[in-house]
Amino acid sequence: MAAKPKLHYPNGRGRMESIRWLLAAAGVEFDECFLETKDHLTKLKKDGFLLFQQVPMVEIDGMKMVQTRAILNYIAAKYNLYGKDLKERALIDMYVEGLLDLNELIMHHCIQPADKKEQHLATIEDKATNRYFPVFEKVLKDHGQDFLVGNQFSRADVQLLETILMAEECKPDILAQFPLLQSFKARISNIPTIKKFLQPGSQRKPPLKEEDLPKIMKIFH
Amino acid sequence: MAGKPKLYYFNGRGKMESIRWLLAAAGVEFEEEFLETREQYEKLLQDGSLLFQQVPMVEIDGMKMVQTRAILNYIAAKYNLYGKDLKERALIDMYVGGTDDLMGFILMFPFLSAEDKEKQHAFIVQKATSRYFPAYEKVLKDHGHDFLVGNNFSWADVHLLEAILMVEEKKSDVLSGFPQLQAFKARISSIPTIKKFLEPGSQRKPVPDDKYVETVRRVLCMYYDVKAN
Repeated sequence: MAAKPKLHYPNGRGRMESIRWLLAAAGVEFDECFLETKDHLTKLKKDGFLLFQQVPMVEIDGMKMVQTRAILNYIAAKYNLYGKDLKERALIDMYVEGLLDLNELIMHHCIQPADKKEQHLATIEDKATNRYFPVFEKVLKDHGQDFLVGNQFSRADVQLLETILMAEECKPDILAQFPLLQSFKARISNIPTIKKFLQPGSQRKPPLKEEDLPKIMKIFH
Repeated sequence: MAGKPKLYYFNGRGKMESIRWLLAAAGVEFEEEFLETREQYEKLLQDGSLLFQQVPMVEIDGMKMVQTRAILNYIAAKYNLYGKDLKERALIDMYVGGTDDLMGFILMFPFLSAEDKEKQHAFIVQKATSRYFPAYEKVLKDHGHDFLVGNNFSWADVHLLEAILMVEEKKSDVLSGFPQLQAFKARISSIPTIKKFLEPGSQRKPVPDDKYVETVRRVLCMYYDVKAN
């Protein structure tokens, strides 16, 4: 019987969180090996486990996969969350890549110097409400279906939910102008695998606390 | 007959260059519309042609595709440059992820201050020679094949050649410790479609210059400073 995927990363969201979401959405159980110290990372490098000396790294199906997108692509395809043909995949990729850009912006909030934090938060709000969320509101409005692509649950829906929740952590009423995204959020949150992941005690990670940042930085620098 | 793909971008490399490489490698003819003025860009925005208000945008098979990775994934799959199964695709995605990161360091280069350019130059060469090139050198050494994945020409080979040439523009002898990559470079450059793309007069774009930077800043109203890595 195939072993569970094993995730190698610090105990926090970062670039691994989208991978946790996707595995959870697909109903795939996974183990985690948390990097706590620089020595731990050094050992992984020395053992030749990290193709480009970086994490995330996921042991899955006999491979030591690195590169977030590669890992996400593999999981999505394997568990049929990547659309039914090339054109659906194209749409999914466009939506996911846009959301990953917004995610990246939100991810960088915690490493902003104190005097830049407020401006950065304003940028996140601006991009979320003027660039990204209107697109998905329109997609849902135009086809009137429950899911973003092909009337079927896909990684695009998972990624949108993850990003919405992260944006709401920055500004709780950020979906105020987006009624369809509000019902989307409720709908996708109710999918059994997602609902489970959203419950306390799951492998979903909390937002990074400022006091934990130095410890994380020490692992990488 | 399907129209040729049409690329909307500045007349320069930027994020569109990898797309040009891949189309060329696949032997696909394409057209280009170059953004020179703010007005052109605003018209594209008003027409709703840019899903996230950004370029690259490629009209292909009735779609207005945006997001570089989405476009590259589509072209690779359509033209059979994406491996034969999920596992080969996984390898290709990993390798392309690495070269994408490496080329990303070079992408911002023209927009840096003179002082930051010097630092970034050293950074690029260091990352290329200590992180990325050794990984690909080992892949080629371990399996002894001509191509990176599945003994078949793929997107990963195109992307790696593009990255090698870009780094060599920064330091011409950067491949000196990498015999496999040197042979790889010669081999892939000889593939007819690639060879054609490398000849003068092709749609390959030159190293970005001040004019390019000026155009991008003007069209996107992007006047803030870009920071080095």
